[in-house]
Amino acid sequence: MTAEGGVQYSKIAEIKGPLVIVDDVENAAFDELVEVETKEGERRLGKVLEVGNGKAIVQVFEGTTGLSIAATNAKFVGKVMEMPVSREVLGRVFDGLGRPKDGLPDPIADRFIDINGEPMNPEQREYPKDFIQTGVSVIDGMITLVRGQKLPIFSGSGMSHNLLAAQIARQASVIGTQDDFAVVFAAIGVQYNEAEYFRRSLEESGALKRSVLFLNTADDPAIERIITPRVALTVAEYLAFELGMHVLVILTDMTNYAEALREISAAREEVPGRKGYPGYLYTDLSTIYERAGKLNGKKGSVTQVPILSMPSDDITHPIPDLTGYITEGQIVLGRDLFRQGVYPPVNILMSLSRLMKDGIGEGSTRADHGEISNQVYDAYSRAQEVRALAGIVGKAGLTEIDLKYMDVGDVFENEFLSQATDENRTIEETLGILWKIVSKLPKNEITKIKDKYVEQYYKEE
Amino acid sequence: MAAQGRIVWVSGPAVRADGMSEAKMYETVTVGDSKLVGEVIRLTGDVAFIQVYESTSGLKPGEPVVGTGNPLSVLLGPGIIGQLYDGIQRPLRALSEASGSFIGRGITTTPVDMTKKYHFVPSVSNGDEVAAGNVIGVVQETDLIEHSIMVPPDHKGGKIANIVSEGDYDLETVLATTEGEGGNVELKMYHRWPVRKPRPYKNRYDPTVPLLTGQRVIDTFFPIAKGGTGSIPGAFGTGKTVTLHQIAKWADSQVVVYIGCGERGNEMTEVLVEFPHLKDPRSGKPLMDRTVLVANTSNMPVAAREASIYTGVTIAEYYRDMGKDVVLVADSTSRWAEALREMSGRLEEMPAEEGYPSYLASRLAEFYERAGRVRAAGSPDRDGSVTLIGAVSPSGGDFTEPVTTHTMRFIKTFWALDAKLAYSRHYPSINWMNSYSGYLADIAKWWGENINEDWLSLRSEVYGVLQREDTLKEIVRLLGPEALPDEEKLILEVARMVKIGLLQQNSFDDVDTYCSPEKQYKLMKLLVDFYKKGQQAIKEGTPLADIRAMSSITSLLKARMDIKDDEMPKLDQLEADMQEEFKSITGVKVSN
Repeated sequence: MTAEGGVQYSKIAEIKGPLVIVDDVENAAFDELVEVETKEGERRLGKVLEVGNGKAIVQVFEGTTGLSIAATNAKFVGKVMEMPVSREVLGRVFDGLGRPKDGLPDPIADRFIDINGEPMNPEQREYPKDFIQTGVSVIDGMITLVRGQKLPIFSGSGMSHNLLAAQIARQASVIGTQDDFAVVFAAIGVQYNEAEYFRRSLEESGALKRSVLFLNTADDPAIERIITPRVALTVAEYLAFELGMHVLVILTDMTNYAEALREISAAREEVPGRKGYPGYLYTDLSTIYERAGKLNGKKGSVTQVPILSMPSDDITHPIPDLTGYITEGQIVLGRDLFRQGVYPPVNILMSLSRLMKDGIGEGSTRADHGEISNQVYDAYSRAQEVRALAGIVGKAGLTEIDLKYMDVGDVFENEFLSQATDENRTIEETLGILWKIVSKLPKNEITKIKDKYVEQYYKEE
Repeated sequence: MAAQGRIVWVSGPAVRADGMSEAKMYETVTVGDSKLVGEVIRLTGDVAFIQVYESTSGLKPGEPVVGTGNPLSVLLGPGIIGQLYDGIQRPLRALSEASGSFIGRGITTTPVDMTKKYHFVPSVSNGDEVAAGNVIGVVQETDLIEHSIMVPPDHKGGKIANIVSEGDYDLETVLATTEGEGGNVELKMYHRWPVRKPRPYKNRYDPTVPLLTGQRVIDTFFPIAKGGTGSIPGAFGTGKTVTLHQIAKWADSQVVVYIGCGERGNEMTEVLVEFPHLKDPRSGKPLMDRTVLVANTSNMPVAAREASIYTGVTIAEYYRDMGKDVVLVADSTSRWAEALREMSGRLEEMPAEEGYPSYLASRLAEFYERAGRVRAAGSPDRDGSVTLIGAVSPSGGDFTEPVTTHTMRFIKTFWALDAKLAYSRHYPSINWMNSYSGYLADIAKWWGENINEDWLSLRSEVYGVLQREDTLKEIVRLLGPEALPDEEKLILEVARMVKIGLLQQNSFDDVDTYCSPEKQYKLMKLLVDFYKKGQQAIKEGTPLADIRAMSSITSLLKARMDIKDDEMPKLDQLEADMQEEFKSITGVKVSN
């Protein structure tokens, strides 16, 4: 039955959930791409999850609805799933499996690349340290993003994560450089209007022709979502490491990805880990998130800003939890701030950028940056304690210094955190506001900043 | 005769092959046409269940599986220090030469450069009787490491013959042969040892010497001993990795083995970039000259992650046998446990808690039991230690999950990281109420003899303040701080100072990143003095506000950053200033 190139056709033995089990398999490989063909000639794509003893378990990306045992054939393609890439992918819109969705023909491929990628050799990585100015004060000042970082936005349903991600995509720049940049956007099971918002936002800023969009919207097949981030990252890696571009990848919403993974795991009757998610969720997520970075001797970089909505705003849910263990920090949106109408509603105390320390300071932002941001973190955290205390004993029960911390909290939220969606602040402006906040405190409260910076920047009112 | 079988089934890192009746448990095999490395983990009839250490994408039933006859082993010899290995001791630098920026498959390479010559100085002569573990000579591996060449631990003993004279030799040169009952055995600069088998030693000691890390919350509050075990659990973002990097940088051991087990690629890169530039505070040599890295990042094959822990600990034991103090840091043991869980699931074993296999606890126990301070086998006498420190990444930050609870049974120092402290940027965010050290009593003697005899009592005093504050905080939470009398408000004030001036430590500050034991002691003493003087002043009627307004408080809190280890007189000056200020606010002479 084997044709040239290892192609073979086999009969289906069983269909359950997103899986088909194929019988009389002679020459299939693990991970191999499969074309499932109905009598009517409709073709769906899938891949081999398990093979042996004459059987193969195949996961069908476009779902098994309408497939029958009698009238379906499986064809083993003889290679793993690949994405055709070339410079022509820029400005194009693809579906969740990487097929054109904009009515235009397939781009002429320069190469075909295995969508699973290969792990970057840690020895060949270049440690990321180029400061990206996003123009968003809270990110630049407190949760600094650097080129090659993976920094997710942890959000909740209905919150303004899309506005923030789109603002980052429009404004992100590295000061003093004119490098080639590109945006790769992957919509994973989001509503059509959310995906459309991104497209429009890129179009209005003129960045669309430097962007590649992969759209799997909520009404597209769920299992396809396993593939969407992988084709997007394959393109991103090509643009970055072969064409030397600095690529910002936005993946939204990773929660939908993890749910698709759970669906397959359940269909395979695997022993579940927490909340029914498979035990290998961590490893699986890492094969996506770890595809960010810079490489020695290569010009470009892949920076990832994945977005995920925390089910019930619960940061200990397995998806945000395991994500946080892999990514280099997290930007957490807070429901309270969102309710107060603050944009961006970033809860800085729960947020963190692990690569910040190397991206800031003399030569990139300013020498006092690290210390002033530490002091503001400390002050804002004190402000929160004081607010909680004021809720019990009333403002009258607070000491003079407590009241100053209350003030710090207000100035922080109203003047530093809040900004318009089209407001692009420079790093100097951002640091200026941070010093304004710290200057609300008497000098002896400043324990985290060296005296020379206090003398230089502190301005008592 | 080596087993030769065929693949019958593939699912991710798990492969079944038949025709394998010759295979042994834990034997290394090559899998498929591209010769991937695997290990036999179950035998049923002639079917072997194999975990494959490389990606199995594209592997097909029918491809060959060939046994090597040997268990998974590491090569032990000069050249290991300074390397970055994957989980099965393949140098990542050599892999990148073979396959570029991304890790390819089926690449074979030697763990160290076999052709590099080292200057060998023999310490035995022809006719000497040697036994397993005996040192036959030394080579200088790096500026920091004098590497003893030892008779392998499984050697039957015999008489030395044909020992080479002092000179430069490569690893494959036969340095000597031994003649004994088992026939003639050639001794080279290296030997191999199976990773799952602890290396033998003569006897074990109680750990009584502290491992100094330069981190105040560790050394002063929750110390670990050389040869001890410690665990650092914490939710993401609480600073596990930073703390482990700090230990790897500053611990007063001769060798550091750092295992990045299922963690971020950039973290290993950071170590690789940073360590060659950092100087060991004791010798002034680059830290990389004493460090070995084992990296199996999260996106590298999961089975090799399971092996990486054993690879690392075997290398650590090897340097211990030379009489060195070795620290092994494993980040993170939870990812290792997850690798066990994944393979166990594919073996269709009956799961215990949260899908983890029932042997999770015994595997953890076996691992931590490989720590210890020992007298090495053979002569001359050498005492060395392996200190094991493992990070735990509990899901959802919940310390009741299986990996954390089982780990707690087998370790003696517990550094509990606290997300709340991390959120308020209190770093290292080691919670002082939930952490503990089982070595405090054992190592207090060392501090008493080497730093100051009142060390333990000062520590208890400071710790007492923190405990009192913990109770008082409950009252403040309900009634506000004004409900407390001045004596108790002073406790809150001092506790705040202890937290900022002693417990907190900025790893990214050039001065604060490492704190000598002398400075740790002095800072602690200043805080206790402040507390005592403050108590007395309040008793004599001085208002608390005056104490709070003292300018020496800010200096005291910044001393950790402002005063270098070699500027101890400045701390004495600070002490004098503080005394003066107390005198001026109380208006009476405060007795010393």
